[in-house]
Amino acid sequence: MNTNNNLYTIIYATIMVVVVAVILAFASSLLKERQQRNVEIERKEMILRSVQLGADQAARANDKDSYIEAEYAKYIKDSSINEQGRDLTLYICTIENGERFYIIPLKGVGLWGPVWGYISLKGDFNTVYGATFDHKSETPGLGAEITTPAFYNQFENKKIFDNSGNYVSVLVVKGGADASNPHEVDAISGGTITSKAVEEMLFKNIKDYTTFFAAKLKEAEERAAQAALQMQQSDSTAVTPALQVNIQ
Amino acid sequence: MYKKIFIEPLFKNNPVSVLVLGICSALAVTVKLEPALVMALSVTIVMGFSNAIISSLRNTIPNRIRIIVQLVVVAMLVILVDQVLKAFAYEVSKQLSVFVGLIITNCIIMGRIEAFALANKPLPSLIDGIANGLGYGIILVAVAFFRELFGSGSLMGYQLIPASWYIKNGGFYENNGLFILPPMALILVGVFIWVQRSIQKELIEK
Repeated sequence: MNTNNNLYTIIYATIMVVVVAVILAFASSLLKERQQRNVEIERKEMILRSVQLGADQAARANDKDSYIEAEYAKYIKDSSINEQGRDLTLYICTIENGERFYIIPLKGVGLWGPVWGYISLKGDFNTVYGATFDHKSETPGLGAEITTPAFYNQFENKKIFDNSGNYVSVLVVKGGADASNPHEVDAISGGTITSKAVEEMLFKNIKDYTTFFAAKLKEAEERAAQAALQMQQSDSTAVTPALQVNIQ
Repeated sequence: MYKKIFIEPLFKNNPVSVLVLGICSALAVTVKLEPALVMALSVTIVMGFSNAIISSLRNTIPNRIRIIVQLVVVAMLVILVDQVLKAFAYEVSKQLSVFVGLIITNCIIMGRIEAFALANKPLPSLIDGIANGLGYGIILVAVAFFRELFGSGSLMGYQLIPASWYIKNGGFYENNGLFILPPMALILVGVFIWVQRSIQKELIEK
């Protein structure tokens, strides 16, 4: 058989491409459901990690997927707020003692590709409760270290507003941050661009929520003041109720 | 004969240290041991199958589009491996990220197809592909072993060097940052080639 014939070459190429396409399409449709589930589980795991949940090693080793699903269903509520015509996602986590945490999804641009994460704030909309980050293709051992607990645990108890109520976010500082400074965490050596990307991502994403937070805080203060006033009228010895913030 | 096809690429005719192919990925995925192992396994699978498939088609492939046919077959296998990893080993597939896709351009695969599969029957080709994948894997794992041990103080993610040894915890030890960066992989591969050449004198050029 003359395999150098033009017609033969064209037919051969056509058949080969069709066969390969069929095989790939078949494999893709077969595996799609599992892949999407993996992505979904990972998202839920990250959200849980940002409020320091879902870390039971024994349960994870046993059946990670259903453990994460169950924890997520138990604690997290998907919610959204409307800010200047834009819908912003805000996850609300309610733990056993009734305390609430507000989780903000973060999206940014790293050195080689997207970086993303979640940061949770305590009920005062100021103190960071936890944070977690992930990335598509940052340099392993350098920028990719943003996914390690050593990096994201630093964010705990940092504050996003300064004492006079101005928005400053949390800065990722090169060359050693002062641990007592409520607005600074240490950057990663050799991962400066990724560290700066995380800083920018935090600043931009949280900023969208600040007017909402301020409004909520004001509302809560007014409610507290009103409650205190009522209390005073009915019973002058009553204790002022704790500052409470609620959103639905 | 099969035994010889299998044994030679592991050391005596190693694709990385003797033929100096596939260096690019040896630099990229060897910071940690685990991705290096998965990469080695993926390359072995892709190379075995692509060699076998091309070999069984070798008498029908039109010579003029030979390289294109090889690329399509390799690309198909790589996409399959990538999809399977995403479905069943999601964490690892995230670590390997773009490098799985880059198996397509791994010179060892095209090299073995051109040099071996086009001239041999499917079974020996399959063995040749697997053996070359393993030979590549040996170097990859060896490089990753040193890089993770000295660069991160751990192996397979387990911390081996006690935390109290580190300077930041009041100790005397510090990880060697150079081991994390790609040039160290090149230096290590160079050292392996040196060791191999001092054992196998016939490799030394006059």
